[in-house]
Amino acid sequence: MMRACTVDELPPGESVRIPGPAPIAVFNADGELYAIDDTCSHQDASLAEGWLEGCFVECPLHAALFDLRTGMPSCLPAKKPVRTYAVLVEDGVVYVHADNADNAEGQEDAA
Amino acid sequence: MRSVAIVGASLAGARALQELRGQGFDGEVVLIGEEPHRPYDRPPLSKEFLAGAIDRDALDLLDTEDDLGVTYRLGVRAERLDPANGRLTLSDGGEVFADGVVIATGGRARTLPGAEGVAGVHVLRTLDDALRLRAELSGSPRVVVAGAGFVGAEVASTCRGLGLEVTVLEALDAPLSRVFGPELGAVCARLHAEHGTRLRCRSVVSGLTTVDDGPRGRRVTGIDLADGGHLPADVVVVGIGMSPAADWLIGSGLTVGNGVHTDRGLVTELSNVVAIGDVARYAGERGDRLRHEHWTNATEQAGVAVTNLLAGRTVRGHTASGYVWSDQYGGRIQVAGHPAPGDRLVLVEGTTEDSSFAATFERDGGTVGVFALNNAKLFNRLRRQALRPPAPVA
Repeated sequence: MMRACTVDELPPGESVRIPGPAPIAVFNADGELYAIDDTCSHQDASLAEGWLEGCFVECPLHAALFDLRTGMPSCLPAKKPVRTYAVLVEDGVVYVHADNADNAEGQEDAA
Repeated sequence: MRSVAIVGASLAGARALQELRGQGFDGEVVLIGEEPHRPYDRPPLSKEFLAGAIDRDALDLLDTEDDLGVTYRLGVRAERLDPANGRLTLSDGGEVFADGVVIATGGRARTLPGAEGVAGVHVLRTLDDALRLRAELSGSPRVVVAGAGFVGAEVASTCRGLGLEVTVLEALDAPLSRVFGPELGAVCARLHAEHGTRLRCRSVVSGLTTVDDGPRGRRVTGIDLADGGHLPADVVVVGIGMSPAADWLIGSGLTVGNGVHTDRGLVTELSNVVAIGDVARYAGERGDRLRHEHWTNATEQAGVAVTNLLAGRTVRGHTASGYVWSDQYGGRIQVAGHPAPGDRLVLVEGTTEDSSFAATFERDGGTVGVFALNNAKLFNRLRRQALRPPAPVA
Protein backbone atom coordinates (compact mmCIF):
# COMPACT_ATOMS: atom_id res chain seq x y z
CA MET A 1 0.00 0.00 0.00
CA MET A 2 1.37 3.39 -0.97
CA ARG A 3 0.67 6.67 0.74
CA ALA A 4 -0.56 9.25 -1.77
CA CYS A 5 -1.37 12.34 0.29
CA THR A 6 -3.73 13.55 2.96
CA VAL A 7 -7.43 13.95 2.19
CA ASP A 8 -7.00 17.72 2.58
CA GLU A 9 -4.38 17.73 -0.15
CA LEU A 10 -6.80 16.21 -2.64
CA PRO A 11 -9.95 18.33 -2.86
CA PRO A 12 -12.55 17.69 -5.58
CA GLY A 13 -11.22 18.37 -9.07
CA GLU A 14 -7.60 17.89 -8.01
CA SER A 15 -5.02 15.20 -8.58
CA VAL A 16 -1.73 14.07 -7.11
CA ARG A 17 1.09 12.11 -8.65
CA ILE A 18 2.89 9.36 -6.78
CA PRO A 19 6.36 9.24 -8.34
CA GLY A 20 8.23 6.00 -8.90
CA PRO A 21 9.27 3.66 -11.67
CA ALA A 22 5.58 3.32 -12.62
CA PRO A 23 4.06 6.56 -11.31
CA ILE A 24 0.43 6.59 -10.23
CA ALA A 25 -2.09 9.41 -10.54
CA VAL A 26 -4.79 9.81 -7.88
CA PHE A 27 -7.87 11.90 -8.63
CA ASN A 28 -10.71 13.34 -6.64
CA ALA A 29 -13.63 13.31 -9.09
CA ASP A 30 -16.42 15.14 -7.26
CA GLY A 31 -15.70 13.31 -4.02
CA GLU A 32 -14.87 9.90 -5.48
CA LEU A 33 -11.20 8.93 -5.38
CA TYR A 34 -9.61 7.01 -8.24
CA ALA A 35 -6.08 5.88 -8.99
CA ILE A 36 -4.66 4.96 -12.38
CA ASP A 37 -1.28 4.71 -14.07
CA ASP A 38 0.05 8.24 -14.36
CA THR A 39 1.72 7.74 -17.73
CA CYS A 40 -0.61 7.92 -20.71
CA SER A 41 -0.74 4.64 -22.65
CA HIS A 42 -0.21 6.57 -25.89
CA GLN A 43 2.89 8.69 -25.36
CA ASP A 44 4.89 10.09 -22.49
CA ALA A 45 2.61 12.44 -20.56
CA SER A 46 1.47 12.67 -16.94
CA LEU A 47 -2.27 12.08 -16.58
CA ALA A 48 -2.16 13.74 -13.16
CA GLU A 49 -1.67 16.95 -15.13
CA GLY A 50 -4.71 16.18 -17.27
CA TRP A 51 -8.10 17.84 -17.32
CA LEU A 52 -10.67 16.18 -15.08
CA GLU A 53 -14.24 16.03 -16.35
CA GLY A 54 -16.65 13.86 -14.37
CA CYS A 55 -14.91 10.53 -13.98
CA PHE A 56 -12.81 11.00 -17.10
CA VAL A 57 -9.36 12.50 -17.40
CA GLU A 58 -8.06 14.04 -20.60
CA CYS A 59 -4.39 13.53 -21.35
CA PRO A 60 -2.66 16.93 -21.31
CA LEU A 61 -0.59 16.11 -24.41
CA HIS A 62 -2.95 14.69 -27.08
CA ALA A 63 -6.37 14.80 -25.41
CA ALA A 64 -6.94 11.05 -25.15
CA LEU A 65 -9.72 10.42 -22.60
CA PHE A 66 -9.52 7.75 -19.93
CA ASP A 67 -12.33 6.45 -17.74
CA LEU A 68 -11.00 6.62 -14.18
CA ARG A 69 -13.26 3.72 -13.14
CA THR A 70 -11.94 1.25 -15.70
CA GLY A 71 -8.76 2.76 -17.16
CA MET A 72 -10.22 2.32 -20.65
CA PRO A 73 -9.53 4.98 -23.28
CA SER A 74 -12.67 6.38 -24.84
CA CYS A 75 -11.07 8.14 -27.77
CA LEU A 76 -7.95 8.26 -29.92
CA PRO A 77 -5.04 8.56 -29.94
CA ALA A 78 -4.86 6.18 -26.97
CA LYS A 79 -5.79 2.62 -27.81
CA LYS A 80 -4.58 0.72 -24.74
CA PRO A 81 -6.01 1.03 -21.23
CA VAL A 82 -4.08 2.24 -18.22
CA ARG A 83 -4.15 0.17 -15.03
CA THR A 84 -6.49 1.09 -12.23
CA TYR A 85 -5.74 0.77 -8.51
CA ALA A 86 -7.86 0.51 -5.42
CA VAL A 87 -7.86 3.62 -3.22
CA LEU A 88 -8.26 3.56 0.54
CA VAL A 89 -8.75 6.40 3.01
CA GLU A 90 -7.66 5.86 6.61
CA ASP A 91 -7.29 8.51 9.31
CA GLY A 92 -7.40 11.31 6.77
CA VAL A 93 -4.70 9.78 4.58
CA VAL A 94 -5.18 8.53 1.01
CA TYR A 95 -3.50 5.20 0.20
CA VAL A 96 -3.25 3.31 -3.09
CA HIS A 97 -3.20 -0.48 -3.36
CA ALA A 98 -0.45 -0.71 -5.95
CA ASP A 99 0.10 -4.42 -5.31
CA ASN A 100 -3.58 -5.05 -5.84
CA ALA A 101 -3.60 -3.70 -9.38
CA ASP A 102 -6.31 -4.77 -11.74
CA ASN A 103 -4.74 -6.37 -14.74
CA ALA A 104 -4.94 -4.17 -17.79
CA GLU A 105 -5.07 -7.13 -20.18
CA GLY A 106 -7.88 -8.68 -18.20
CA GLN A 107 -9.86 -5.47 -18.40
CA GLU A 108 -9.46 -5.43 -22.12
CA ASP A 109 -10.77 -8.98 -22.37
CA ALA A 110 -13.69 -8.15 -20.17
CA ALA A 111 -14.64 -5.06 -22.15
CA MET B 1 -21.57 6.96 -51.94
CA ARG B 2 -20.26 3.42 -52.22
CA SER B 3 -16.51 3.85 -52.36
CA VAL B 4 -13.94 6.30 -51.04
CA ALA B 5 -10.28 6.68 -51.97
CA ILE B 6 -8.00 8.27 -49.39
CA VAL B 7 -4.88 9.68 -51.01
CA GLY B 8 -2.08 9.83 -48.47
CA ALA B 9 -1.23 7.12 -45.93
CA SER B 10 -0.59 9.82 -43.39
CA LEU B 11 -1.98 10.70 -39.97
CA ALA B 12 -4.73 12.62 -41.78
CA GLY B 13 -5.36 9.64 -44.07
CA ALA B 14 -5.47 7.16 -41.18
CA ARG B 15 -7.84 9.37 -39.20
CA ALA B 16 -10.05 9.78 -42.28
CA LEU B 17 -10.32 5.99 -42.51
CA GLN B 18 -11.20 5.72 -38.82
CA GLU B 19 -13.74 8.53 -39.16
CA LEU B 20 -15.35 6.94 -42.21
CA ARG B 21 -15.92 3.71 -40.30
CA GLY B 22 -16.76 5.52 -37.08
CA GLN B 23 -19.38 7.59 -38.86
CA GLY B 24 -20.97 4.49 -40.33
CA PHE B 25 -19.60 4.30 -43.85
CA ASP B 26 -19.60 0.62 -44.83
CA GLY B 27 -18.53 0.91 -48.46
CA GLU B 28 -15.17 0.21 -50.02
CA VAL B 29 -12.17 2.28 -48.85
CA VAL B 30 -8.83 2.34 -50.64
CA LEU B 31 -5.84 3.99 -48.95
CA ILE B 32 -3.13 5.11 -51.36
CA GLY B 33 0.33 5.98 -50.06
CA GLU B 34 3.50 7.01 -51.85
CA GLU B 35 5.68 5.60 -49.10
CA PRO B 36 5.87 1.83 -48.76
CA HIS B 37 4.73 2.09 -45.14
CA ARG B 38 1.37 1.71 -43.48
CA PRO B 39 0.32 4.98 -41.79
CA TYR B 40 2.72 5.93 -39.01
CA ASP B 41 3.04 8.71 -36.48
CA ARG B 42 5.59 11.36 -37.38
CA PRO B 43 6.24 13.31 -34.14
CA PRO B 44 8.55 10.64 -32.64
CA LEU B 45 10.73 10.67 -35.78
CA SER B 46 12.72 13.64 -34.49
CA LYS B 47 12.75 12.37 -30.92
CA GLU B 48 12.49 8.84 -29.50
CA PHE B 49 12.67 7.12 -32.87
CA LEU B 50 15.69 9.14 -34.00
CA ALA B 51 17.39 8.35 -30.70
CA GLY B 52 16.72 4.65 -31.26
CA ALA B 53 14.63 4.42 -28.09
CA ILE B 54 11.51 3.10 -29.84
CA ASP B 55 11.11 0.94 -32.90
CA ARG B 56 8.96 1.08 -36.01
CA ASP B 57 6.03 -0.82 -34.50
CA ALA B 58 5.53 1.90 -31.89
CA LEU B 59 4.78 4.36 -34.69
CA ASP B 60 1.87 2.42 -36.20
CA LEU B 61 -1.32 4.46 -36.34
CA LEU B 62 -3.54 1.54 -37.34
CA ASP B 63 -3.29 -1.81 -35.61
CA THR B 64 -3.13 -4.76 -37.96
CA GLU B 65 -5.93 -6.37 -35.98
CA ASP B 66 -8.20 -3.35 -36.44
CA ASP B 67 -10.51 -4.56 -39.13
CA LEU B 68 -11.39 -1.35 -40.85
CA GLY B 69 -11.86 -3.10 -44.17
CA VAL B 70 -9.37 -1.03 -46.08
CA THR B 71 -7.47 -1.92 -49.22
CA TYR B 72 -3.93 -0.55 -49.14
CA ARG B 73 -2.16 0.66 -52.27
CA LEU B 74 1.25 1.48 -50.82
CA GLY B 75 4.46 2.47 -52.56
CA VAL B 76 2.54 4.15 -55.36
CA ARG B 77 1.85 7.81 -55.86
CA ALA B 78 -1.41 9.25 -57.06
CA GLU B 79 -0.49 11.24 -60.15
CA ARG B 80 -3.77 12.46 -61.52
CA LEU B 81 -7.35 13.00 -60.44
CA ASP B 82 -10.06 12.84 -63.08
CA PRO B 83 -13.12 13.88 -61.11
CA ALA B 84 -15.61 13.48 -63.96
CA ASN B 85 -14.94 9.75 -63.98
CA GLY B 86 -14.02 9.37 -60.30
CA ARG B 87 -10.65 8.09 -61.39
CA LEU B 88 -7.22 8.31 -59.79
CA THR B 89 -4.21 7.42 -61.89
CA LEU B 90 -1.30 5.91 -59.97
CA SER B 91 2.45 6.04 -60.58
CA ASP B 92 2.54 2.31 -61.38
CA GLY B 93 0.00 2.81 -64.15
CA GLY B 94 -2.85 1.45 -62.05
CA GLU B 95 -6.18 3.19 -61.60
CA VAL B 96 -8.52 3.52 -58.65
CA PHE B 97 -12.18 4.43 -59.12
CA ALA B 98 -14.07 5.96 -56.22
CA ASP B 99 -17.25 7.93 -55.58
CA GLY B 100 -15.52 10.10 -52.97
CA VAL B 101 -11.93 11.24 -52.53
CA VAL B 102 -10.08 12.39 -49.42
CA ILE B 103 -6.91 14.29 -50.31
CA ALA B 104 -4.36 13.89 -47.51
CA THR B 105 -1.09 14.11 -49.39
CA GLY B 106 0.69 16.33 -46.88
CA GLY B 107 3.84 17.87 -48.26
CA ARG B 108 7.52 17.57 -48.94
CA ALA B 109 10.32 18.89 -46.78
CA ARG B 110 12.17 21.82 -48.30
CA THR B 111 15.90 21.53 -48.60
CA LEU B 112 18.81 23.83 -49.43
CA PRO B 113 19.67 24.68 -53.01
CA GLY B 114 22.43 22.36 -54.20
CA ALA B 115 21.67 19.73 -51.54
CA GLU B 116 20.13 17.29 -53.99
CA GLY B 117 22.11 14.06 -54.01
CA VAL B 118 24.77 15.31 -51.57
CA ALA B 119 25.51 12.65 -48.96
CA GLY B 120 25.29 13.79 -45.35
CA VAL B 121 22.56 16.37 -46.02
CA HIS B 122 19.22 15.35 -44.56
CA VAL B 123 15.67 16.50 -44.22
CA LEU B 124 13.33 14.93 -41.69
CA ARG B 125 9.76 14.28 -42.63
CA THR B 126 9.38 10.61 -43.42
CA LEU B 127 10.23 7.38 -41.66
CA ASP B 128 12.91 6.69 -44.26
CA ASP B 129 14.37 10.17 -43.71
CA ALA B 130 14.65 9.35 -40.01
CA LEU B 131 16.28 5.98 -40.67
CA ARG B 132 18.84 7.58 -43.01
CA LEU B 133 19.64 10.30 -40.50
CA ARG B 134 19.80 7.87 -37.58
CA ALA B 135 22.31 5.73 -39.49
CA GLU B 136 24.66 8.73 -39.73
CA LEU B 137 24.53 9.73 -36.07
CA SER B 138 26.97 7.08 -34.89
CA GLY B 139 30.69 7.83 -34.84
CA SER B 140 30.50 11.31 -33.28
CA PRO B 141 29.69 13.40 -36.36
CA ARG B 142 29.60 17.17 -36.07
CA VAL B 143 25.97 18.05 -36.72
CA VAL B 144 24.72 21.34 -38.12
CA VAL B 145 20.98 21.96 -38.14
CA ALA B 146 19.72 24.61 -40.54
CA GLY B 147 16.54 26.11 -39.11
CA ALA B 148 15.59 26.48 -35.44
CA GLY B 149 11.91 25.62 -35.77
CA PHE B 150 10.39 22.74 -33.84
CA VAL B 151 11.81 19.99 -36.06
CA GLY B 152 15.29 21.53 -36.03
CA ALA B 153 15.21 22.06 -32.28
CA GLU B 154 14.03 18.53 -31.61
CA VAL B 155 16.72 17.04 -33.85
CA ALA B 156 19.32 19.17 -32.07
CA SER B 157 17.96 18.02 -28.72
CA THR B 158 18.10 14.36 -29.74
CA CYS B 159 21.63 14.74 -31.10
CA ARG B 160 22.77 16.37 -27.85
CA GLY B 161 21.17 13.47 -25.99
CA LEU B 162 23.39 11.19 -28.06
CA GLY B 163 26.40 13.25 -26.97
CA LEU B 164 27.00 14.90 -30.35
CA GLU B 165 28.38 18.34 -31.06
CA VAL B 166 25.48 20.37 -32.50
CA THR B 167 25.17 23.82 -34.03
CA VAL B 168 21.78 25.26 -34.97
CA LEU B 169 21.58 28.02 -37.58
CA GLU B 170 18.68 30.44 -37.56
CA ALA B 171 18.09 33.29 -39.99
CA LEU B 172 15.93 35.29 -37.55
CA ASP B 173 17.04 37.16 -34.42
CA ALA B 174 15.70 34.33 -32.26
CA PRO B 175 14.12 30.93 -32.91
CA LEU B 176 10.41 31.02 -33.76
CA SER B 177 10.28 34.74 -33.01
CA ARG B 178 8.16 35.36 -36.10
CA VAL B 179 5.44 33.19 -34.56
CA PHE B 180 5.83 33.66 -30.82
CA GLY B 181 7.58 37.02 -30.58
CA PRO B 182 11.02 37.92 -29.21
CA GLU B 183 10.44 37.04 -25.53
CA LEU B 184 9.48 33.44 -26.24
CA GLY B 185 12.06 33.27 -29.00
CA ALA B 186 14.59 33.99 -26.27
CA VAL B 187 13.17 31.08 -24.26
CA CYS B 188 13.70 28.72 -27.20
CA ALA B 189 17.24 30.07 -27.53
CA ARG B 190 17.89 29.54 -23.83
CA LEU B 191 16.85 25.86 -24.06
CA HIS B 192 19.54 25.31 -26.70
CA ALA B 193 22.18 27.17 -24.69
CA GLU B 194 21.38 25.35 -21.44
CA HIS B 195 21.93 22.02 -23.13
CA GLY B 196 25.16 22.71 -24.93
CA THR B 197 23.79 23.34 -28.41
CA ARG B 198 25.45 26.27 -30.16
CA LEU B 199 22.76 28.51 -31.62
CA ARG B 200 23.78 31.03 -34.28
CA CYS B 201 21.00 33.48 -35.05
CA ARG B 202 20.98 35.90 -38.00
CA SER B 203 22.85 33.19 -39.88
CA VAL B 204 21.81 32.75 -43.48
CA VAL B 205 23.10 29.74 -45.34
CA SER B 206 24.67 30.63 -48.68
CA GLY B 207 25.86 27.22 -49.77
CA LEU B 208 27.28 23.81 -48.99
CA THR B 209 30.88 22.74 -49.22
CA THR B 210 31.37 19.19 -50.44
CA VAL B 211 34.08 16.67 -51.21
CA ASP B 212 34.24 13.89 -53.80
CA ASP B 213 32.76 10.79 -52.17
CA GLY B 214 33.82 8.29 -54.84
CA PRO B 215 31.16 6.45 -56.80
CA ARG B 216 28.47 7.75 -54.49
CA GLY B 217 28.94 11.31 -55.68
CA ARG B 218 29.64 14.12 -53.26
CA ARG B 219 29.55 14.40 -49.51
CA VAL B 220 28.97 17.48 -47.39
CA THR B 221 31.89 18.95 -45.44
CA GLY B 222 30.32 22.14 -44.18
CA ILE B 223 28.09 25.12 -44.64
CA ASP B 224 28.97 28.53 -46.03
CA LEU B 225 27.22 31.47 -44.42
CA ALA B 226 26.12 34.68 -46.10
CA ASP B 227 28.30 36.71 -43.69
CA GLY B 228 31.37 34.94 -45.08
CA GLY B 229 31.69 32.43 -42.26
CA HIS B 230 32.08 28.70 -42.69
CA LEU B 231 31.00 25.87 -40.40
CA PRO B 232 32.47 22.41 -40.78
CA ALA B 233 29.84 19.66 -40.66
CA ASP B 234 29.73 15.91 -41.09
CA VAL B 235 25.93 15.81 -41.00
CA VAL B 236 23.62 18.64 -42.03
CA VAL B 237 19.93 18.52 -41.15
CA VAL B 238 17.72 20.98 -43.00
CA GLY B 239 14.60 22.02 -41.12
CA ILE B 240 13.24 24.92 -43.11
CA GLY B 241 9.64 23.91 -43.60
CA MET B 242 7.65 22.06 -46.20
CA SER B 243 5.75 22.57 -49.43
CA PRO B 244 2.25 21.12 -49.72
CA ALA B 245 2.02 18.22 -52.16
CA ALA B 246 -0.78 19.49 -54.35
CA ASP B 247 0.89 19.78 -57.75
CA TRP B 248 -0.49 16.42 -58.81
CA LEU B 249 -3.96 18.01 -58.77
CA ILE B 250 -3.14 20.69 -61.34
CA GLY B 251 -5.44 20.03 -64.27
CA SER B 252 -8.02 18.24 -62.15
CA GLY B 253 -10.24 21.30 -62.06
CA LEU B 254 -9.57 21.89 -58.36
CA THR B 255 -7.99 25.16 -57.31
CA VAL B 256 -4.39 24.59 -56.27
CA GLY B 257 -2.08 27.20 -54.81
CA ASN B 258 -0.06 26.68 -51.63
CA GLY B 259 -2.26 23.63 -51.07
CA VAL B 260 -5.69 22.51 -52.23
CA HIS B 261 -8.35 25.15 -51.78
CA THR B 262 -11.46 24.15 -49.88
CA ASP B 263 -14.42 25.80 -48.20
CA ARG B 264 -14.67 26.17 -44.42
CA GLY B 265 -15.67 22.50 -44.18
CA LEU B 266 -12.63 21.15 -46.09
CA VAL B 267 -14.76 20.50 -49.18
CA THR B 268 -13.22 21.41 -52.53
CA GLU B 269 -15.17 22.80 -55.48
CA LEU B 270 -16.40 19.24 -55.89
CA SER B 271 -18.72 18.07 -53.15
CA ASN B 272 -17.30 14.53 -53.35
CA VAL B 273 -13.66 15.63 -52.90
CA VAL B 274 -12.36 16.85 -49.54
CA ALA B 275 -8.85 17.80 -48.43
CA ILE B 276 -7.34 17.53 -44.94
CA GLY B 277 -4.07 17.95 -43.12
CA ASP B 278 -0.99 19.88 -44.24
CA VAL B 279 -2.21 20.07 -47.85
CA ALA B 280 -5.62 21.61 -47.13
CA ARG B 281 -5.90 25.37 -47.60
CA TYR B 282 -9.35 26.12 -46.28
CA ALA B 283 -11.49 29.21 -46.08
CA GLY B 284 -11.22 30.84 -42.67
CA GLU B 285 -13.89 32.70 -40.81
CA ARG B 286 -12.63 36.13 -41.84
CA GLY B 287 -12.48 35.49 -45.55
CA ASP B 288 -8.83 34.48 -45.26
CA ARG B 289 -7.22 31.23 -46.40
CA LEU B 290 -5.59 29.05 -43.77
CA ARG B 291 -3.33 26.04 -43.85
CA HIS B 292 -1.83 24.32 -40.80
CA GLU B 293 1.08 21.90 -40.63
CA HIS B 294 0.29 20.27 -37.32
CA TRP B 295 -0.54 16.86 -35.93
CA THR B 296 -3.65 17.94 -34.04
CA ASN B 297 -5.01 19.87 -36.99
CA ALA B 298 -4.87 16.76 -39.17
CA THR B 299 -6.87 14.78 -36.62
CA GLU B 300 -9.41 17.58 -36.09
CA GLN B 301 -9.97 18.07 -39.81
CA ALA B 302 -10.53 14.39 -40.60
CA GLY B 303 -13.79 14.20 -38.66
CA VAL B 304 -15.20 17.40 -40.18
CA ALA B 305 -14.23 16.50 -43.73
CA VAL B 306 -15.66 12.97 -43.49
CA THR B 307 -18.97 14.28 -42.13
CA ASN B 308 -19.22 16.68 -45.05
CA LEU B 309 -18.12 14.07 -47.59
CA LEU B 310 -20.78 11.62 -46.43
CA ALA B 311 -23.42 14.38 -46.27
CA GLY B 312 -22.64 15.44 -49.82
CA ARG B 313 -22.40 19.06 -48.76
CA THR B 314 -20.81 21.23 -46.08
CA VAL B 315 -22.74 20.72 -42.88
CA ARG B 316 -19.81 21.36 -40.52
CA GLY B 317 -17.10 24.00 -40.57
CA HIS B 318 -13.59 23.49 -39.28
CA THR B 319 -12.20 25.58 -36.45
CA ALA B 320 -8.54 24.94 -35.75
CA SER B 321 -7.51 24.69 -32.11
CA GLY B 322 -3.99 25.70 -33.05
CA TYR B 323 -2.61 23.19 -30.58
CA VAL B 324 1.03 22.24 -31.03
CA TRP B 325 3.63 20.80 -28.76
CA SER B 326 7.35 20.23 -28.88
CA ASP B 327 9.50 18.06 -26.65
CA GLN B 328 13.04 19.40 -26.39
CA TYR B 329 15.87 18.73 -23.97
CA GLY B 330 13.62 16.86 -21.56
CA GLY B 331 11.12 19.72 -21.47
CA ARG B 332 7.82 20.33 -23.16
CA ILE B 333 6.52 23.41 -24.97
CA GLN B 334 2.77 23.63 -25.58
CA VAL B 335 0.94 26.27 -27.60
CA ALA B 336 -2.73 26.74 -28.37
CA GLY B 337 -4.74 29.32 -30.23
CA HIS B 338 -3.44 31.56 -32.95
CA PRO B 339 -0.80 33.96 -31.62
CA ALA B 340 0.66 36.51 -33.98
CA PRO B 341 3.52 38.98 -33.80
CA GLY B 342 2.35 42.08 -31.96
CA ASP B 343 0.21 40.18 -29.43
CA ARG B 344 0.90 41.14 -25.84
CA LEU B 345 2.49 38.37 -23.79
CA VAL B 346 1.07 38.10 -20.26
CA LEU B 347 2.72 35.75 -17.79
CA VAL B 348 0.22 33.80 -15.70
CA GLU B 349 2.71 31.75 -13.69
CA GLY B 350 6.48 32.02 -13.45
CA THR B 351 8.73 34.11 -15.66
CA THR B 352 10.30 33.39 -19.02
CA GLU B 353 13.56 32.81 -17.16
CA ASP B 354 12.08 29.89 -15.26
CA SER B 355 12.18 26.23 -16.20
CA SER B 356 8.38 26.16 -15.96
CA PHE B 357 5.94 28.92 -16.79
CA ALA B 358 2.65 29.67 -18.52
CA ALA B 359 1.62 32.76 -20.45
CA THR B 360 -1.19 34.04 -22.64
CA PHE B 361 -1.18 36.10 -25.81
CA GLU B 362 -3.56 39.06 -25.59
CA ARG B 363 -5.05 41.01 -28.50
CA ASP B 364 -7.91 43.51 -28.61
CA GLY B 365 -8.89 42.78 -25.02
CA GLY B 366 -9.08 39.02 -25.45
CA THR B 367 -6.85 35.98 -25.04
CA VAL B 368 -5.90 34.59 -28.46
CA GLY B 369 -3.21 32.12 -27.48
CA VAL B 370 -1.64 30.15 -24.63
CA PHE B 371 2.01 29.16 -24.26
CA ALA B 372 3.53 26.97 -21.57
CA LEU B 373 6.90 25.47 -20.82
CA ASN B 374 6.70 22.40 -18.56
CA ASN B 375 3.33 23.43 -17.18
CA ALA B 376 0.77 21.15 -18.81
CA LYS B 377 -1.79 21.45 -16.06
CA LEU B 378 -2.06 25.22 -16.16
CA PHE B 379 -1.73 25.22 -19.93
CA ASN B 380 -4.82 23.07 -20.33
CA ARG B 381 -6.76 25.12 -17.82
CA LEU B 382 -5.92 28.36 -19.63
CA ARG B 383 -6.68 26.77 -22.95
CA ARG B 384 -10.18 25.91 -21.78
CA GLN B 385 -10.98 28.85 -19.56
CA ALA B 386 -9.07 31.85 -20.91
CA LEU B 387 -8.76 31.27 -24.63
CA ARG B 388 -11.32 33.32 -26.48
CA PRO B 389 -13.67 31.04 -28.36
CA PRO B 390 -13.31 31.45 -32.10
CA ALA B 391 -15.72 33.86 -33.71
CA PRO B 392 -18.97 32.17 -34.66
CA VAL B 393 -19.29 31.16 -38.27
CA ALA B 394 -21.85 33.24 -40.09
